[in-house]
Amino acid sequence: MLHDLIVAPFGLGFMRRALAGCLALSVAAPPLGVFLVLRRMSLMSDVLQHGVLPGIAVGAAIGGLSVWAMGAGGIVAGLIVALLAGWFARRTGTAEDSQLAGLYLVALAAGVAMVSAQRGVDLTHLLFGSVLAVDNTALFAMAGAATLTLPVLAVIWRPMVLESLDPGFPSSFGGLWHGCFLGLVVISVVSGFEALGTLMSVGLMMLPAIAARHWCGSLAGQVTLSVALAIAASVLGLLISFNVEIPAGPAIVLSAGAFWVVSLVAGPREGLIRRRL
Amino acid sequence: MLYRNHGPIAALPPALPLGRRRGATDAGGRGADGRLDRRVLGSVVNPPPIRLEQVTLRRGGHDVLRDLTGTFAPGSLTALAGPNGAGKSTLLHALCGALPVTSGRIDLGGLDPRAIALLPQEGRLDRSFPISCRDVVALGWSARLGLFRRIGAGQYAVADQALAAVGLAGLGARPIGALSAGQFQRVLFARTIVRDAPVILLDEPFSAIDTATEADLMAIVRLWHQEGRTIVAVLHDFDLIRAEFPDTLLLGSGRAGHDGRGWGPTGGVLSTRPPRQPRLTAVERAA
Repeated sequence: MLHDLIVAPFGLGFMRRALAGCLALSVAAPPLGVFLVLRRMSLMSDVLQHGVLPGIAVGAAIGGLSVWAMGAGGIVAGLIVALLAGWFARRTGTAEDSQLAGLYLVALAAGVAMVSAQRGVDLTHLLFGSVLAVDNTALFAMAGAATLTLPVLAVIWRPMVLESLDPGFPSSFGGLWHGCFLGLVVISVVSGFEALGTLMSVGLMMLPAIAARHWCGSLAGQVTLSVALAIAASVLGLLISFNVEIPAGPAIVLSAGAFWVVSLVAGPREGLIRRRL
Repeated sequence: MLYRNHGPIAALPPALPLGRRRGATDAGGRGADGRLDRRVLGSVVNPPPIRLEQVTLRRGGHDVLRDLTGTFAPGSLTALAGPNGAGKSTLLHALCGALPVTSGRIDLGGLDPRAIALLPQEGRLDRSFPISCRDVVALGWSARLGLFRRIGAGQYAVADQALAAVGLAGLGARPIGALSAGQFQRVLFARTIVRDAPVILLDEPFSAIDTATEADLMAIVRLWHQEGRTIVAVLHDFDLIRAEFPDTLLLGSGRAGHDGRGWGPTGGVLSTRPPRQPRLTAVERAA
């Protein structure tokens, strides 16, 4: 019985591919999320995940429903949105978050409109993901994104720490590291959309990172724990998705969300219970 | 007198190579005044003069500093004073290259701006960042090692010595979020020690800390001064400036740099200004 629920689903090819893809995402995305949280840029992840949708739609219109066409479109759109957000922040100074909110609402509406205008593109799959959509190509894209993310993150780690801690410390090309970092976030968001959907792909990045914050006082600890939580959420979410027949994106994000709620309530750092004591 | 006759604090780390140096240690391990650890004073640095020519700085669309001309002499110890908004912090940021000069010129005499250490104002750093004191201090090496070279055991040993020198020996593993304001300021001083910069800029180094901490940190400033480093510190305490700082640059008076009265020996700059008196707050005036 337990075997049927937990082990048997991964005997199926598409479930194995989805699991491998989500594991790749779980290794690469949460460390980015930890830095987004520490830099108080959580809203930026929302903006980017909505911002990639118009690009994916354009990619699909030009290159058809191939992972590479949609992925390339998504990455280009994500980078444009990231640049716009940075430009707004510099030009307007104050009320940065309101500009970001405006940006992602427009991007989401434009994306949904563009996807709906095309035939043969399933909006639900794009927005919420489907384990069935993870074919070998999508799996390679997810694994490739993780393979790129980890070494680049290792290289920009110290500049990122310095910049987050003390923005005035001299690190030449200060903007360059930030740009690299946002590029990685965009790639991570785009690589996850086949399995998790564009609306959900940031969930595996942010929720484990926010949850890990409540347990660990060191950066390395937060990153390690966030990866572990993301892996657990991926396995749990895929099993729920298979057994209950809901899309994989919401199932995985809900699992990660459950970890977050437990951490928020019971975590030793800034947890609700500890605060009461 | 509070700031005088404060005994030598723990030894600073041994000299670290950077920039042009004159002379080497003589044997015997005694400093210029015969009291301080020789290893510290062995690291005599020789910074170039920093010349400002009609420097105008703009921030948020407004000129906060206009036509400032003058020179920070090599090894000078200058207090930077003036009311809020006079452009004190802005000038420090321009000196270390973080802010472009709107017009005029800052001549660093060939010094790399990254060899100028800025100790930022309280609140500029993210103290909730999950990082230990020891790592913050060791990150001071990044200015010299570059962003990618390894900070090894030797560098960490120096960081530990610097922590001991500011009176935080044994607290290296503590996360910065768990420190008091004074302890955190000591960590920033330790990081500045590690940077071993020929020019040191201190942005309100003694705000929000108690007098004991201020005295300890002032002793470090004095050591840096004896090592020949050029130091500029933003300060509001005129008693402290008179007691410890040979030179003063008074901004916001409309005089700095023009006829020279706003920038020079402290006695001359502050003589026209009455000693600090308790000012009535708006509430007290109304009463």
